[in-house]
Amino acid sequence: MGILNRNPKDLWTGVLFTVVGLAAVYFAQNHPIGNAMRMGPAYFPTMLGTLLVLIGIALVLRSFIRSGLPLDRFALGKVAWVVGSILLFGLLLRGMGLVIAIIVIVIVSAYASQKFRWPVAVALAVGIAISSAIVFIVLLGIPIPIIGTWIGG
Amino acid sequence: MDLFAGLWIGLQTALTPINMLYCLIGVFVGTLIGVLPGLGPAATVAMLLPASFVLPPVSSLIMLAGIYYGAQYGGSTTSILVNLPGEASSIVTCLDGYQMALKGRAGVALATAAICSFFAGTVTTIIIALFAPPLANVALTFGPAEYFSLMVLGLVCSVVLASGSLLKAIGMIVVGLLLGVIGTDVSSGAQRFTFGIPELMDGIGFVTVAMGMFGIGEIVLNLDHEGTTERKVHVLSSFMPTREDWKRMISPTLRGTLLGACLGILPGGGALVASFAAYSVEKKVSKYSSEFGKGAIEGVAAPESANNAGAQASFIPMLTLGIPTSPVMALMIGAMIIQGVQPGPAVMTEQPALFWGVIVSMWMGNLFLLVLNLPMIGLWVRLCMVPYHLLYPAILVFCSIGVFSLSNSQFDVYFLALFGFIGYVFAKLGCEPAPMLLALILGPMMEEYLRRAMLMSRGDPTVFLSRPISCVILIVAAAALVAALIPTIRNKREEAFQE
Repeated sequence: MGILNRNPKDLWTGVLFTVVGLAAVYFAQNHPIGNAMRMGPAYFPTMLGTLLVLIGIALVLRSFIRSGLPLDRFALGKVAWVVGSILLFGLLLRGMGLVIAIIVIVIVSAYASQKFRWPVAVALAVGIAISSAIVFIVLLGIPIPIIGTWIGG
Repeated sequence: MDLFAGLWIGLQTALTPINMLYCLIGVFVGTLIGVLPGLGPAATVAMLLPASFVLPPVSSLIMLAGIYYGAQYGGSTTSILVNLPGEASSIVTCLDGYQMALKGRAGVALATAAICSFFAGTVTTIIIALFAPPLANVALTFGPAEYFSLMVLGLVCSVVLASGSLLKAIGMIVVGLLLGVIGTDVSSGAQRFTFGIPELMDGIGFVTVAMGMFGIGEIVLNLDHEGTTERKVHVLSSFMPTREDWKRMISPTLRGTLLGACLGILPGGGALVASFAAYSVEKKVSKYSSEFGKGAIEGVAAPESANNAGAQASFIPMLTLGIPTSPVMALMIGAMIIQGVQPGPAVMTEQPALFWGVIVSMWMGNLFLLVLNLPMIGLWVRLCMVPYHLLYPAILVFCSIGVFSLSNSQFDVYFLALFGFIGYVFAKLGCEPAPMLLALILGPMMEEYLRRAMLMSRGDPTVFLSRPISCVILIVAAAALVAALIPTIRNKREEAFQE
């Protein structure tokens, strides 16, 4: 077991925190920092970014000494289907309209499950699309086109 | 006298037909969500926030509160019937509740849960009415330094009572505070961390972050552990507890209520910790401790009264100080801000109808739960049998439409996806999302108070220690942090979260 594997959860959290902290400090410098009495827009983020870097370094160092649990397997495939389905929904909503966007998000996200079966997913998608169109557009009056502009709505 | 005048205003507000209706909708939807597996109260409140914006502030808060304690109750129902806790706070109810169901006493267990919750809710409503006004009066004398310290305390407590590593939780708070910085700086108008993207000028919406991290992140995690969970439902017999049951219920309920009310006030505590504590206390003091785990009615009564009392007591710091003690309370604060109500001690004097209306509505909501739920158990049972792979696409649709409708922009939908991914990564790294969300909401306020306090003290940071109230608050915060580091308490804490 190498030193890097002793506590991977803490190690990678530490690395992540350090990177985010450094980025915050770096981008904050686009603004005046002011002084303790009259704080400029950069003061608070610089303070926070520095603190985050310190915490990140502490986590990295601690991970070399104290061992911890191994990292769980990342189910990248499942994440990709679910997150991707939301992105597609956002992309299609205005252009294709609510009904098609919902059918896409339901089928794509349902694909992440082990129990995915085409007929069930399609039926579910159509059911959710119709009931959502009724609830959100007809009853709640949310301004989303049912049929989008790309297909002549 | 103030108390009765207040409660009277509350009754007048809560008992208007429209508010009663929203309270009813709230507890109904809450129970529904509590029964459905894999959807927590924080995700639910976040999902329904956009829908509540069209309501007047009082009605919207009454409905959101109803969702919260309705979800607690729904979670217990599934714990007892199918040994699946709908919510974290009803995990302990599984231990004895499900055993009672195996013995054919599911109906009695459900009735016990409902009655104890109602009792705890009634007592806690009175406790809130008694203690909130004096607390708010003290808070009225607070200056920027005190507010800043109070927020520090709130954040510290959220860390102490969160599960997992302290250092990581503190880091998550800083990440949350940094996310809060994004957008237009109120004092200078500077565009911070917006990278020229106009949609970021108003900052990152906490609703989007909450839905992404609690809702979407949870879905992916659940899919990770997708397995075949056998669910058996037990036939219901009689609901009526016997005379023996009634007698054995009384003192556990009283103890559970008291414990829940005390723990609920503490930031980060709330229903979850209260239910664990009440169960272990009851196991120690009860005459029937040998029956625990085998279907003791005390093992249902104590945690059920405690989690309900805890859930309600967590409204005290939220309503009086404007300090959220849990993610759900943080969302309620966010809802108030969007509704144009500045959270803090002034809410009680400036908006008495809102303050007392919400308090009285909680009692009313508990009554609804009692009357509504027992006859509807059949429906809840059928609902908790809905397979997860049919449920989660619907949740995704709901979240996406909800986020889109916040400001009618698909940009928010992309952010939902982004924070869903971030939430999943953080969960895999063992970082709790709750402190981060709390920090995101408090961040902009904290920065303002910090600036004002430092301006008034001419740049002298000792102002936070030289003002007595602020100093006391900071000492309490430091003590809480130190206490969490003491080995014995730390072990207890880990134990409590492992069970």
